[in-house]
This record gives sequence, structure tokens and C-alpha cells, in this order.
Amino acid sequence: MSALASAPFSVEEIASEGIKPEEYEEIVQRLGRHPNRAELGMFGVMWSEHCCYKNSRPLLKQFPTTGDRILVGPGENAGVIDLGNGDRLAFKIESHNHPSAIEPFQGAATGVGGILRDIFTMGARPIAILNSLRFGSLDEPRTRRLFSGVVAGIAHYGNCVGVPTVGGEVYFDPAYSGNPLVNAMALGLMETPEIVKSGAHGIGNPVLYVGSTTGRDGMGGASFASAELSDESMDDRPAVQVGDPFLEKSLIEACLEAFKTGAVVAAQDMGAAGITCSTAEMAAKGGVGIEFDLDKVPVRETGMVPYEYLLSESQERMLFVAHKGREQELVEIFERWGLHAVIAGQVIQEPIVRILFQGEVAAEIPATALADNTPIYHRELLKEPPEYAQKAWQWSESSLPDAALEGITVQGQVTSWNDILLQLLDSPTIASKAWVYRQYDHQVQNNTVALPGAGDAAVLRIRPQVSHHHASNSSLGVAATVDCNSRYVYLNPYEGAKATVAEAARNLSCVGADPVAVTDNLNFGSPEKAIGYWQLSEACRGLAEACRELGTPVTGGNVSLYNETLDSNGIPQPIYPTPVVGMVGIVPDIHQRSGMGWQHEGDLIYLLGIRLESRHDHPAEKHLTLGGSEYLAVVHNQIAGHPPIVDFELERRVQATCREGIRQGWIHSAHDCSEGGLAVAIAESCISSNLSASVTLPIAQPSSTQSPSPYSRWDYHLFAEGGARIVVSVAANRQDAWENFLQHRLEHNWQKLGKVGAQAGNLEILTTDGHSLINVRMTDVTQTWKDAIARRLEA
Amino acid sequence: MSMAKQVNFGVIVFPGSNCDRDVAYVTRDLLQQPTRMVWHEESDLTDIDVVIVPGGFSYGDYLRCGAIARFSPAMQALQRHAEQGKLVLGICNGFQVLTEAGLLPGALVRNRDLHFICDRAPLRVERTDLPWTIGYQANEVITVPIAHGEGSYYADPETLAELEANHQILFRYVSGDGEMSAESNPNGSLNNIAGICNRQGNVVGMMPHPERASDPMLGGTDGLRLFQGVINSLVTTPVESSV
Repeated sequence: MSALASAPFSVEEIASEGIKPEEYEEIVQRLGRHPNRAELGMFGVMWSEHCCYKNSRPLLKQFPTTGDRILVGPGENAGVIDLGNGDRLAFKIESHNHPSAIEPFQGAATGVGGILRDIFTMGARPIAILNSLRFGSLDEPRTRRLFSGVVAGIAHYGNCVGVPTVGGEVYFDPAYSGNPLVNAMALGLMETPEIVKSGAHGIGNPVLYVGSTTGRDGMGGASFASAELSDESMDDRPAVQVGDPFLEKSLIEACLEAFKTGAVVAAQDMGAAGITCSTAEMAAKGGVGIEFDLDKVPVRETGMVPYEYLLSESQERMLFVAHKGREQELVEIFERWGLHAVIAGQVIQEPIVRILFQGEVAAEIPATALADNTPIYHRELLKEPPEYAQKAWQWSESSLPDAALEGITVQGQVTSWNDILLQLLDSPTIASKAWVYRQYDHQVQNNTVALPGAGDAAVLRIRPQVSHHHASNSSLGVAATVDCNSRYVYLNPYEGAKATVAEAARNLSCVGADPVAVTDNLNFGSPEKAIGYWQLSEACRGLAEACRELGTPVTGGNVSLYNETLDSNGIPQPIYPTPVVGMVGIVPDIHQRSGMGWQHEGDLIYLLGIRLESRHDHPAEKHLTLGGSEYLAVVHNQIAGHPPIVDFELERRVQATCREGIRQGWIHSAHDCSEGGLAVAIAESCISSNLSASVTLPIAQPSSTQSPSPYSRWDYHLFAEGGARIVVSVAANRQDAWENFLQHRLEHNWQKLGKVGAQAGNLEILTTDGHSLINVRMTDVTQTWKDAIARRLEA
Repeated sequence: MSMAKQVNFGVIVFPGSNCDRDVAYVTRDLLQQPTRMVWHEESDLTDIDVVIVPGGFSYGDYLRCGAIARFSPAMQALQRHAEQGKLVLGICNGFQVLTEAGLLPGALVRNRDLHFICDRAPLRVERTDLPWTIGYQANEVITVPIAHGEGSYYADPETLAELEANHQILFRYVSGDGEMSAESNPNGSLNNIAGICNRQGNVVGMMPHPERASDPMLGGTDGLRLFQGVINSLVTTPVESSV
């Protein structure tokens, strides 16, 4: 007889914990008996994808995770890299997608709170937050509500806790209508001599519960986060936690103070699955056991049962293992900050998690069964790409209407290139995000070197917040970015994932930073479906290859699967596969950096990367294409084509050239070509500086006979994406030295395009034979780009 | 007032203060003045020349910004410090605390558009005869960062008239060329008020963050001159910035 048949629970009760029948059998085998209700709940959360990566673990194994600067790789609360001179940076990304879909303000706020705890648990003071957000179309009222709520939630938490939100990205696409993505990344500067780890040790050492109280909020959030969203999910509102950034601010100060005493052996944030996860992981990592008494836990509600204590995701709580005899020191520190710190258990020899409640054993489970030796699913990969992808790859530029000098015929009407450029700049994905970042305090802590929107990545000066009276003139900086063009990943997960890593590194290079390491957030649909698993598997392969090619190991991250919404017919609609890459880099001297805006009228404009004109010996269509482009989606309403394929050799050379050019002082501005291609990149450099530009494409009007090559199309030249491209501006009097350098470093992969113009001028793009393709007043360009998001919200 | 070679700064730290270290970085690290962090439970400020109430969210600001902070021992001591004519500066949340404590008139309410705003605001310096503003030219337009959700200055008409009549308005939000208008007013403050002082001029509150415009490595230094002005007016020999 199967264990399931004799279980003291109904099949529905087991399923409601997110446990599959075969997993129940496995639990009974591990325990040698049936679990009780509390234990069943503990397995439910710990064996969720969110906690144990049962679908993704085999795929994550292929990531490169080591390198000269990597001090802590995957497995701890956050990764840590060596910045040199004793400075160490902790960083990590995490998602809060499902909670934000249900309750955008608290969902996003607690997402920020959670990622900050991962950072300061290591002994690092949080110094910056970035976020990567995805929403549906702003034309829908529901999306507007989600968008406003998420932004307000991030602002509320980050602003109050006093950590600047310095960068991020926001995309709008119908694929995310019912399932927005909220990924938050945090950076912290190590403040303790030793990196605080999470493995418990020292038999008999006390286990301290510190921080806030425990209540019924956020019950089972981890299993909730690992299931598809449906209309009924709205009834799961109690599964969304409520955050208190004021408590978190005090918790940061108290924890860092506590770590500096040397009395703390190990620490773990109580995030997903609260007390269950923190006790099990600390015990499993240390190869020991933990006995924990729920009666000691400070509560905010009465009448809670063990199941509720163990699965609560009340925020702003942590678990410490302290050195025996030094617990009182720690208690005093937390009480001074108005926080709880109670001795609630001890480290034991037997490698089990033993939970006590009212003098009895409420649960007893081998620690590794919960945290380490958890189920893994090896799934079958599709033998060939799914139909949707193969069909999309059939697309080519030749299916587009004729593109003449005057413009293109869209839906029977000729639209000028001027109007198309403005249409792209008005697309919320490309438009100014000032409406968002103006709500975030991005300057607190006095280290924000580059303001949001000013460059391709955030740049922070590295300066310890707690003054040790050492020279404060350090000019060391770090740069950080979050990126993912998920349309590329949807069209080809492997190539799209590569492009994501390449773009992140390019963004860092554009501000003058050496890319160092990656934290990734894999937001995908259900891996139980063949296409979903194919997307996940192929994207991981692409990420691994790109991280290896670009020398940026992965130090950890987060997996968020089952990002699907059931429509009213009950059909699951997956999001675009969205492997967000958070990348950090080092700016050796913050005086040698660059923003995206032109600096001086008369500076020369250059394109680094694949050249504009066709070269028959170097066909570039695979690397530079309108396939998967923003132009194709916004102007032609088509999600089709093959996304650009990364040429790593070219990517490395262009990026190194850009960094070197910045450090030599030649480059005055640098901006990569991403969504919207060359024309949009040039427009953005104009907008950012209030200057204008005159650019001549080295291409003449093609002969009237239509050739099938995309090189005969003006839209290809203006808006194609890919090609490792960066637009830079350089002082005219440095032209010779700069061009010699370019020739030496890039051979033919660069060209001079034009000149920076005066304030309040026009942005002009001409053909080599003098025809005007684009000629727009900068005031119109700026206005369109600036107002796009606010205008839609006020609609 | 002290005529020593250095000025003793004190920065009050409430649970939830988050600009305390930023202020200390300017006075201690950039300007090389002795600076002491004052825990909110302390009640002796006699060693301090200039007390700064920094920005942040004192006690979480759950009731009203600054409403609980005013009952702390450090704030009681600050009252006595102010009554002696010594200098007090409240920045952002610190300004809110000073109005709640009755050291400055009026109140700070939700921004006009209800959103938190982080930006760089041009300010016009309205008066240059106080220690706080001697570093500026009359009517000079300076740029200082703002970051607040409740920074819209409000006072009843009589109080406003008094503030104007007694020249208690130190900074107003203006456009880049110094014009006062609704567009140049980021948060809806009455009379475009960004900062005021008490009748005696020793207590100042301002929503903009001068400490964020002090480090040349980060850009503008218009805020640094406020701190330098205070130091220069308190010491016999003017001090130079170490930067």
C-alpha cells in the first residue's frame, strides 16, 4: 500500500501545501513515518522551487562561479567580491513577483526589505538598490495601478531605510499584463572584518531570534510564489507580507553592531519560509542540528499553532547562532535599537531540526531533508526548437513595406522617419523613466556619482559609512546595472540570454567600469511544460556561456518559476522568459568615467562596433538585425525574427576600447545602442545633454531596384539592434590620436558619424549624398521622450 | 558663542534617522570640525556649538513626520540650546521635527502631487546676514538636492505675513534664472518656501539637503558654503575646506 493511501491527510490537503503525491511518498520514506501537520507544511515550503530549486538546480550548475575577485559564490545569503585595498562588496538580486501582482505596494516594498537583509546578514552595509521591473501595457487601468503601486512601494521602503535606489530598468509589454516582475538588487560594503556566513556550529551554542515579532502574515509565501496565479490568488492576500522599513533600518544598525562584537557565529535572514528555512539551512550548512522553542518567539498575535509559527513570513526577522556566554551582549544591542533578541534554542549534535512547542516536540526532521538533499527534477529537453520559435525565425526584413527616403508605409499611410523616431521615443519602454526614479531617494549616503538616467549604469563612490578617520579621498567606485531584453530571450532563449549578459557588460563599460561579476534572477513560466523548460534550459546555457566568455562569474541569484497567469478560460499565459542579469563592475577612479550625454558642442561622434555600410566580406545580418527589435514591435506590431547574435570577440574588443578611451580622457560620452538602435541612442545622447547632433550615414540612396538585402533599407540603418555598438563623442582636437587608437584596437569596426551641435538645435541624420532622413527639433524630441509615461498615467 | 578655532557640531540620531552620517561626513571629514553623534536619549548638549537635526524618518514617522521625535530627551536639550541663542539646523525630516517642536512656525505637509520627490532644486538665497547664509551673495541662485514626500510648507496667513515681514524666509524654490513661479515650486510650498529661520535667526529649518551638495567629487558644492559660513562666523580665523 502506498504511503499516500494511509496518510493522515487528504490528497487535497497534501496538494494545498504544494506537495506532489510522489513527493509525499518521498517524505514518508525520509522520516520513516507520516509527517504531522506542521512537518508537512515545512516540507511544502522547503521543497518549493523558491527554496530548493528542484527544477533549476541541474541547470544552474553550469554557471561559472569562481574567479580572482570572487570571495563568496552561490550558496550564501549574497555573493561577495574583492574590490581591492580591503574593500569588499556584497550583492544579490531577488524577485517578489507574485506578491507584487496581488498587492503591488507591500509586495514591492517587502521585496526591497528582503534583498537588503540578504546583504547586511553578511556583515555588509547596504549602499545601493537597483530594480528590474516588467509590466503590461500602460493602456490598461490595471497595469497603471500595479505600476504606480510597485514604484510607490519600492520608494517607501528604500527611502525610509536610507539606501539610495540608484538604477534599474522598466519594460512594458502585454506579456506581463497579469504577472508583473519585480526584481530588486542590492549592493553592500562589508563593514565587519570577517564575512558572516550562515552555517551553524559549536554544539551547545545558543540560537537567537532577533528583530521583529512573528504573526500570521505572509503564511506560506514561498509555496504561493511557486504556483501559477489565478483569479483566486486574490484571495491569497494574507500570503503577502507587510514591511516595516523603520524596523529594518534599526535592524541594519543593530546587526552590524552585533557582528562587530565577534559574538555572532552565524546569521541567516528569515525570508521565504521564515523559521523553517532559517533553522534548516543553518543546521544543514553547518552539518549540525538545531533545537528551537517556539514558546520563546515574540509574537504579534495570540493563539498561533506550530504550523503558523513555522510558515510565517513576518518581515524584519533574523536567526543568529551566538558564542555561548556572550548572548547578553547581543540582547543589549538589539534592545537599545528597540528590537527583540531572545534565546530560542541551541545548536545540537544530531543533524535534525527539532521544534518545541508547549513543552513537546512539535516537529522533528533531518535538516538535510529540508535544506540540502531535496528533490531534483531532470526534465526532458525538446529535441528541436518549438514551433513558435521556428516560425518567428522565418521572418525577414523583406516582409516589411518599402522603406524610402521619405519614410515607410505603415497601414496604408506614409510615416516619416521623424515621426517614427518620435513614436519610438514615446514608447514607454524607451521613454524617460524620471517619473519612476524621481520617487526614489537616489542620493542618500552621499556617494551617488552618476544620477539615474545620466549614464548606462549606476556609479557609486566607495566610502565606508562608518568613519574610521581614514582618508576620505578614495576615488574607487563601483558600477551596477540590471538588464534583460526578454523579447530576444523569447525569440531565442540561448541567443537572447547571451545578449543580456553582453548588454550588461556593455553598459558597465560605457560608464568606464570593468565588469566583474553577475547575480541573476531567472523569471520564467512553468518548467513542467515542454516549452517552458526549453526556454529555461536554453537561457541558462546562454547565460553560462556568456558569463564565461566575458569573465563575469555568477555569485548567486534567484529563481522565480510559474510566472503564468490563467486567463478567464483557464488557459495559462506564460510571461516572456526573463533572465535578468545584475552585473557589478569596478571603476578604478571615479574621475575617469562617462555618462551618456554629449559634453561639448563640436565634439565628434563615433560609432564603435559593427559599421553601417554593407561589407560583402563581413555580412552582419546575424549580429545586427531588425528581428526582435523595438522598431518591429512598436511600429509594425510584430514580435518576430531572430534576435541579434552576440559576437563575443567583437564585444570584448569594443568594450575594452570604450573603457580605455574613457580612461585616456578621449571619450566625453558613451551610450550603447539597445532598444531602438542607432537613431534612438543618438537621440538619447542629445536629450541627456540638451545639445543636438548632425550625423551623416555613410550610405547613399540605393538604386531603385529593390534588393532583398537589409542593407538597402533605411529602417535597418536607423533602428537595427545588436552589433556590440556604442555611440561615443570625442574632442575634435584629439581626433588623430583617437582614430589611431581605434584603428589599432578595432580595425574596421568603427566609424566617424558626425558632430555634436548647439543647444536647442535640431537632430539631423543625413545620407552621404545629402538627403535628409531625420531632422527634428530637439525640443520636440525631448518633450516626447520626457512626457511619455506621465501622459499615459494621467490618461 | 564659542570663539575657539574649531566649531563643535552635534548630529542628533533618532532611530530612523538616515542622513546623520551624511551630515557628519561634511562637518567632520570634509570640513575637519569636531563632530559628535548625539543619541536621542542623551540630554546634555552643552559641549556643542551647532546642533543639526538630520533627515530621515525619525521613529518611522508613523503618526506625523517628526511628531514623536520632539518628545525625546535630546530634543528637550535642544530646546534649551536654542533658547540660549545657539545655532540649530533642521534638514528635511529635521525641519519637520523643529516645526513639531514649536521651534519654527508652520508645518510640512504632503507634496502637491502626492509623490515623493528626489531632484535637484534651484533655490534663491533671500538673506545673507546670518551665519547660515553669509557664504552666499544676495539673491544668488544655488542648486541643492531635495528628497521628501512631505515637504510642502504650510502656515496660516498671519504666520506667513509675519515670516515675510521679519525676513525669516532664507531660501525659496525658483527657476534656474531666479524667477519664482508655480512651475519652479516642486512641492506646492506656500510662497515657494524651502527654508526659514526663527525670529532670532539662530534656528533654521530647510527641506533641501545642503550636505548632499558639499562634496566636489559628487558634483555641486553649493551646500558646502552653508556649513563654511557657519564655521567662519563662529571662529576667529576663517577655515578653508579640506577638499
